Amino acid sequence: MNWTHKDLLDIESLSIDEVRHIFQTSSRFIEINSRSIKKVPILKGKSVVLFFAEPSTRTKTSFDMAAKRLSADSFSLASKGSSLQKGESLKDTVLTLEAMKPDAIVMRHSLSGSAGFIARHLKCSVLNAGDGWHAHPTQALLDGFTLSRFWDNDFQGKTLLILGDIAHSRVARSDIKLFTRLGCHLRVCAPRTLLPSGIQDWPVEVYKNLDEACHKVDAVISLRLQLERQEAGLLPDIREYAARFCLAQRHLKKAAPGVKIMHPGPMNRGIEISSDLADSKDSLILDQVESGVAVRMTLLYLYLARPKHEQEIPEG
Amino acid sequence: MGLMIIKNVILNDKTGMLLVENGKIVDFRQESPEDSSAEVYDGRECHVLPSLIDAHVHLREPGFEYKETIKSGLEAAAGGGFGQVMAMANTSPVNDSASVTEFMLARNMESHPAGPFVHPVGALTRNLEGRQLSPLTELKEAGCRAFSNDGLPVKDNELFRRAVEYASDLGMVVIDHCEDTYLAADGVMNEGRISSYLGLKGIPSVAETLQVARDILMAAYLDTPIHLAHISCEESLELIAWAKEKSIPVTAETCPHYLFWDEEIIQGYNTMAKVNPPLRRKKDVLAMRNALKNGVIDIIATDHAPHADFEKEVPFAQAPNGISGLDTALSLCLYLVRRGVLELDDLNWLMSISPGRIFNLPVNTFQKGDPADFILVDMEYEWQVTPEEMLSMGKNTPCMGMELMGRVMAHFMGGKEIFSRF
Repeated sequence: MNWTHKDLLDIESLSIDEVRHIFQTSSRFIEINSRSIKKVPILKGKSVVLFFAEPSTRTKTSFDMAAKRLSADSFSLASKGSSLQKGESLKDTVLTLEAMKPDAIVMRHSLSGSAGFIARHLKCSVLNAGDGWHAHPTQALLDGFTLSRFWDNDFQGKTLLILGDIAHSRVARSDIKLFTRLGCHLRVCAPRTLLPSGIQDWPVEVYKNLDEACHKVDAVISLRLQLERQEAGLLPDIREYAARFCLAQRHLKKAAPGVKIMHPGPMNRGIEISSDLADSKDSLILDQVESGVAVRMTLLYLYLARPKHEQEIPEG
Repeated sequence: MGLMIIKNVILNDKTGMLLVENGKIVDFRQESPEDSSAEVYDGRECHVLPSLIDAHVHLREPGFEYKETIKSGLEAAAGGGFGQVMAMANTSPVNDSASVTEFMLARNMESHPAGPFVHPVGALTRNLEGRQLSPLTELKEAGCRAFSNDGLPVKDNELFRRAVEYASDLGMVVIDHCEDTYLAADGVMNEGRISSYLGLKGIPSVAETLQVARDILMAAYLDTPIHLAHISCEESLELIAWAKEKSIPVTAETCPHYLFWDEEIIQGYNTMAKVNPPLRRKKDVLAMRNALKNGVIDIIATDHAPHADFEKEVPFAQAPNGISGLDTALSLCLYLVRRGVLELDDLNWLMSISPGRIFNLPVNTFQKGDPADFILVDMEYEWQVTPEEMLSMGKNTPCMGMELMGRVMAHFMGGKEIFSRF
């Protein structure tokens, strides 16, 4: 496939064929990642800056590992200790980074739209590793890829529930866009204070009751509850939240057989997901992490090998 | 000053000549007067309108001269057709003392002694902190023409009540920026479909309407005028219409941007369209246009809020609020006239006579003896909004690049030409 995109900012900019191509390619990387020697030379000589202006463990490690598996050089930069803390503007920071000639900047930032903002100013590729509440396209793609492995790539008519803080979640926004386009029915379940204004215009069904929300669902994605939502007055307290919305086995009695449980991490056990469910056979939480490395290898490959897209992944 | 004849101009659809003497309007007529010594000025078939009055600008001086100065702001006013502008107090230092007011007026006299004129709006509370009244008498005596806590509305209803009462003793109107700061906290655009899509914190329209309701009830209870700044949404208009039916002494303003754009323009995180109150829904834009016609809105003001380019070149949430408006306001509003939304007479009322009456400023209705403050406007003049065409230092406008029609060709204050594009 001829990959023409410069940047990965959100899910909307990918066609459904491109999404399926990402899934297919990621399957090959899953296979490579299961070998004893996991490193392949396709991005040798390329350099990737990992600019995480907001704390992150798994996304950053996942991108870092993905880059190194492809033989690219990766450089990390956190906002703590960077010149952003000294009051430098984001534009100046990324222009400075670009002057060092990286092939891509992977950025995590707390402000919505910041990935698109830097992409407008940069000639190198920008991969959005999460911008504010706006988008987290690589998370959505790894969620989709994870389910595609278990559903044999058949998403049509599947029902998926996203549980928790939808309003402040970039994961929810990107997942809803991706899974809707793959043909799934989407449900959300959350207290009204954690739903975005205008949710009635989104392609989702809104549930207040978790038992009803789980009725006949094929997969549930439980979201992390940020503990500061309580301080902001959006919730009375975490205990009350957990009583209503902590996903447990008992909610899943009427779910579809083989229901899958996912969580983007990091989990608050006992708040948004019960501990035993997180560790159960239906839980794909660690599969998501595994898929994450493969999907990010795919994305780095597609965006950085450009325009030499004819370059082939070596056969095993 | 002797007699001056501005020939070849159109006033109220009649072509004729405007006679001006000693800074005052003498007459508008078809035949030349006998006096052959009169200076003749060719108006080149422009429409003649009263010089505009803008009740809401931010000129940034003192303190933020990198955004705008009184000189550059007044030059933009002159070229945009505004002969009098009311400058808000959120400078640094805040305009809460005679020394700041006098400084602003002195700057005006240095750069534009013949106009346009800045009328400072004094801070209602000291340092705009909403805790203690500013020295309102001192501010009035220094030259302030109204009081406002614009941008930082007074939350304390008791303090707000006393401020309105105290100001009324001085014959001064309080201008209120209608926003419940708790509901609006940290919001960066209208709350709704687009904010949810973009993942931006919204400002609900109820943040405005609650405060509009407070002000209406306060004005009714005190039977004292309050002016409601930059109204943005339909629900506020419904409340104001109710207040006017009851003869409650409130007046209301809106801005050109609320008449032209809705929240859709924010798509792509367009910081040029970031303004407070935020651009609302399409239905609000339509309601706002209606409100110009039915008298619910009394005036159009620009809320001219210039910023430096680099300040808007940041992720959306970090960008400051504000649109630079003096250069483009009239051209935008003339579009409404061409579309039949407004008559030219309505525009004269909304952008000149009505603000003049509310704030007790000299107005020109082209009656004998009125101040000869007027503009000559070429209704067919087409121009593109570019940084170079804008006289304001602030190039922050969603109009950038747009083709507009209608422009001020000359501007007279007190019978003197203060600006010309001829």
